[in-house]
Amino acid sequence: MNNAVPLSAQLINLFASVILLLAFAMLAQRRVLQLINLFALQGLALGLSTVVAAVTTGQSHLYWSAGLTLVLKALLLPWILHRLVRRLHVKGEIESLINIPTTMLVGIGLVIIAFNVALPISQLSHTITRGTLGIALAVVMLAFLMMITRTKAIPQVVGFLAMENGLFLAATSATYGMPMVVELGIALDVLVGAIILGVFFFQIREQFDSLDIHHMERLKDN
Amino acid sequence: MPTLLPIDTLLIAASAWLAIGLLGLLAPRNSRFIATTLFPLGALVGMLVGFIALFSLGGSPQTAVLAIGLPDLPFHLRLDNLSAVFAMLVGFVAVGISIYAAGYFRQDEGTAPGLLCFEYHVFLASMLLVLLADDAYAFMVAWESMALSSFFLVTTNHQHAEIRRAGFLYLLIAHVGAIAILLSFGVMTANSGDFTFAGMRAQQLSPFWASVAFLLALAGFGAKAGLVPLHVWLPEAHPAAPSPVSALMSGVMLKTAIYGLLRVSFDLLHTTLWWWGVVALAVGLVTALFGVLYATVQSDMKRLLAYSSIENIGLLAVGTGLALIFHSYRMESLAALALTAVFYHCLAHAGFKSLLFLCTGSVLHATKERSLGKLGGLIHRMPWVAWLALVGVIASAGLPPLSGFVSEWLLLQSFLFSPGLPHSWLNMVVPVAAAVVALVAALAGFAMVKFHGIIFLGQMRDPSLKDAHDAGSWEKAGLVWLALLTLLLGILPSAVILRIDAATRQLLGQGLAERIGEQGWWMLAPISPERASYEPMLFLATIAASVLLGRWLVRRLYHGRMRRTTAWDCGYYFQGPRAQDTAEGFSQPIRRIFEPMFRMERHFPSARDSKPYYTVKVEDHFWHWLYLPTARLLGWVSDLITHIQGGRIAVYLTYSFFTLILLLLVARP
Amino acid sequence: MISISGLIGQLFAIALALVLAPLLAGWVGQCRAWLQSRTAPPLLQSYYMLHKLFHKDVVLAHGASSLFRTAPFVMFGCMVLACAIIPSLSTDLPFAPAADAIALVGVFGLARVFISLAAMDVGTAFGSLGGRREMLIGFLAEPALLMVIFTVAMIANSTSLATIVETLAHSDFAIYPSLAFAGIAFAFVSLAENARVPVDNPATHLELTMIHEAMILEYSGLHLALIEWAASLKLYAYSCLGLALFFPRGIAAGDSFPALLAAIPLLLFKLAIGGFLLALIETINAKLRIFRAPEFLGTAFLLAVLGLLVRLLLEGRA
Repeated sequence: MNNAVPLSAQLINLFASVILLLAFAMLAQRRVLQLINLFALQGLALGLSTVVAAVTTGQSHLYWSAGLTLVLKALLLPWILHRLVRRLHVKGEIESLINIPTTMLVGIGLVIIAFNVALPISQLSHTITRGTLGIALAVVMLAFLMMITRTKAIPQVVGFLAMENGLFLAATSATYGMPMVVELGIALDVLVGAIILGVFFFQIREQFDSLDIHHMERLKDN
Repeated sequence: MPTLLPIDTLLIAASAWLAIGLLGLLAPRNSRFIATTLFPLGALVGMLVGFIALFSLGGSPQTAVLAIGLPDLPFHLRLDNLSAVFAMLVGFVAVGISIYAAGYFRQDEGTAPGLLCFEYHVFLASMLLVLLADDAYAFMVAWESMALSSFFLVTTNHQHAEIRRAGFLYLLIAHVGAIAILLSFGVMTANSGDFTFAGMRAQQLSPFWASVAFLLALAGFGAKAGLVPLHVWLPEAHPAAPSPVSALMSGVMLKTAIYGLLRVSFDLLHTTLWWWGVVALAVGLVTALFGVLYATVQSDMKRLLAYSSIENIGLLAVGTGLALIFHSYRMESLAALALTAVFYHCLAHAGFKSLLFLCTGSVLHATKERSLGKLGGLIHRMPWVAWLALVGVIASAGLPPLSGFVSEWLLLQSFLFSPGLPHSWLNMVVPVAAAVVALVAALAGFAMVKFHGIIFLGQMRDPSLKDAHDAGSWEKAGLVWLALLTLLLGILPSAVILRIDAATRQLLGQGLAERIGEQGWWMLAPISPERASYEPMLFLATIAASVLLGRWLVRRLYHGRMRRTTAWDCGYYFQGPRAQDTAEGFSQPIRRIFEPMFRMERHFPSARDSKPYYTVKVEDHFWHWLYLPTARLLGWVSDLITHIQGGRIAVYLTYSFFTLILLLLVARP
Repeated sequence: MISISGLIGQLFAIALALVLAPLLAGWVGQCRAWLQSRTAPPLLQSYYMLHKLFHKDVVLAHGASSLFRTAPFVMFGCMVLACAIIPSLSTDLPFAPAADAIALVGVFGLARVFISLAAMDVGTAFGSLGGRREMLIGFLAEPALLMVIFTVAMIANSTSLATIVETLAHSDFAIYPSLAFAGIAFAFVSLAENARVPVDNPATHLELTMIHEAMILEYSGLHLALIEWAASLKLYAYSCLGLALFFPRGIAAGDSFPALLAAIPLLLFKLAIGGFLLALIETINAKLRIFRAPEFLGTAFLLAVLGLLVRLLLEGRA
């Protein structure tokens, strides 16, 4: 029955699965630097899957998004984050609000929800990549979960960026990508966002001597 | 002269059990007569029941009307294939337990032996009648006599307050369940006034009322079977009861509840909605996981087995749920697979759990000790019991080549088909449920290793265990019988499935017989040999051959010299029994991994304690979350009601008077 | 029904497993030594060990019961059966219908229960510790392995190992993303089940780290030899299972003699690579704390479930 599916679609499915796998690995990861490396790998897989989609469909703007993804998400952003971690002397393990196995169990539940929610939508679509829509949605949800459960600022930013990865995958799988302008805008947004957050981290640390965002709870008026 | 139909024979057998019970009442103190005559007679009757039911399988339903009961309301009885499967279970398991009981009950067991014999045989007869009942009235009478006789059996040692408490808890939940069952029957008669099952089958209920009937039945039979959250009586009642009674309750009585659930949901109700199956599946999964987790952390051997029974009931509910889901989508051949798994697990569990409970009985008699913390090393004193218990342990852990594995295998096979369900959520969620089933099965292995390892292996944790003695010959015979059942169910799955297939066919119109029949008797391949197959005989033969060949070769090529010395243990000097794991220590990893599932009270020693001690007490969340609040609520409501209680007759009469007037006003046609 | 050539092939597969298993263990040890810049023991070291142990007297502890003496034989028999039903050279195995993939998990479970019980038998501190830890590993590894098998079984529409291999090896090329998940999960499970770093370390007798070694401390002589042999058979069985599920190309479909001959060097080659990878994993990883082991296996379990889900989403309706 798999013979009916073209090889390119199989490859894209494979990359999408790898992205999902990496999303879970990020959820389970305890060390900051490893987390950033996983994020870089996820960007790489995303870029590669876009390349495959571009080659198959021959749409030129997909090449551009693929290149942009590879440069930005697999190289530039991880490099910035690495620098940040080094400059801020973040050490040790990531703290999590819920323990890791429970988070993973919740993650499985989210995957089931995402797959089922995406199913009717993907049946409307006619792209060869439509099967991955569920995975894309799942990646977004898992990134969200990571942002919720992590207490330190850097993992939260990584979660935010991973969420964008999921959205990008969703866009590629449903409609072969967003219009170029939108994509460029988002890419720029992400970059600027990361830089602003980087500056922000310094400020947080100046203020609280820690990157634990618990401390920000004190900022509200009483 | 009319020929003797199987149903007549079964009725005669039930009457014979009642008669044996009455004979016991005639000589209440003659324990010798009761042990060596009455209980073995009961076992013979059990054998008769088992074989009659076995040979009646595949025949057409037979009915009988008994002119006892209320005027114009006779007992309708019916023996069909579904009843026959369970009657077979009652009969064959009762054989082993009755033989064992002949050697077990002693003079000093609280209730007089004669009375006990009476209660025991009434219990057996009423279970048989539950299976034969063909109208709601007969069913409820048999059901209630089953509940009452087992209540008195549980409270055999009624001198102890906690046993009385366990008995009352059991009685309470049994009656809450009975009310639900009664209401369910009421819904199914649909105001027709016809209480026979035939009448219920003829009703065409709307989906809403059918669902109400199903949910009531699930709650009612669930209370008897021990589905979460109605399970709390099981771990109290089983340790309180004498071991043959625990064996009978856990092995046989719980199955009558499964019988009832199957009867209502597959036979009496016409419509089947898919979400019924989901409800049963979900409740079953929770029950199974809950039961097995609590089983691993128990330190009382009979409580451990009671929780393990809860786990097995959960698995049965899972199978039933899966069968219901398939049935609701008219995928009858797959439903047949799941339902066969349910039947098989009923038989398997009846065998191995009775065996294990009887083994605890022998341990209890030999040592007067139920707590795992004071047992150990009994394999040296009780090799028979230890090795027979190992049979039960392996079956209970769901390992090949014994009976527990066959049903687990069938259940997992039917899970493998669930992606084919034409429902977008179910075909994704249900396969994942198989992961929970796999986890439960593996945890059951943990619990069972703990059970066997702590009781029978290691060093004796208490010096008094040196005087322990092996089981008597009656007890041994009973255990051997049950172990044989477990072994046969394990290695002859095709033959057994070919027999019980008639019941599957009756409920679903389709069975597994053709496909299994195509293969040889040694092979179990419910779909096709390419798809899945299991040959326990070849399995056993390969292992046995390699064991024997290996042994022979080693003996041949090398020597077999052997000597004994003290244990090595990495050279540690102190090797007393206290160096071993305790029951609590063995399950510590489970307590730690699944910490939120338990309600624990722990006491840690501090560094300065001169007599440091560590205790841990694991309690049930449901007791604190559900039962205690309910009890408090009830207390509060009854406090309110005491306000209207004045103590004067005139006031009470006024109440009645006003109620009468109110009713007359309201209940106008 | 059972052809003579098939029977011969079957017996040959068993014999090959019995002979190759210690060699595989020796090969892993040797690679490990190389990678860690140590002088490697001889490749045939495992055989010398077995020979020596068979020659020695059995020294039984005073508290050892009959179960203690039975368990090594049962464990050995289970592993022989496992090696007999996993297709390593050919899918034409007359014994294969005896147990499908689910029953195979049961075979491993049976061996585990026996050896854990035997560990508790003498009643020493280390013995019961080992038994408890083994069951702890087992109760997580077993469902994970079952879920891996479920994923593969859904691809092949069968739980029979021979059919699975035939479907995967002899159909057109296709990428199954779910197999990636299942493969990783399987690797985790195999490491744990074979008492390897990062879950256990077979080369140490240290209280905090022992699992497998703690269980067999009291064994000696031929019993120990059987257990060691069974352990290497288990490693061999897991390797062959991994190869059969994830790299099945080259396993002969029928009992044709040339195909069988061609399969042998290929199997050796694959096993050598697998053994080297195992040694590599053991070298670059540190052993986990015992309470990280459940997390490690829990991850394997979840990955396997995820593989199942991906299978249902991406491949089921394609």
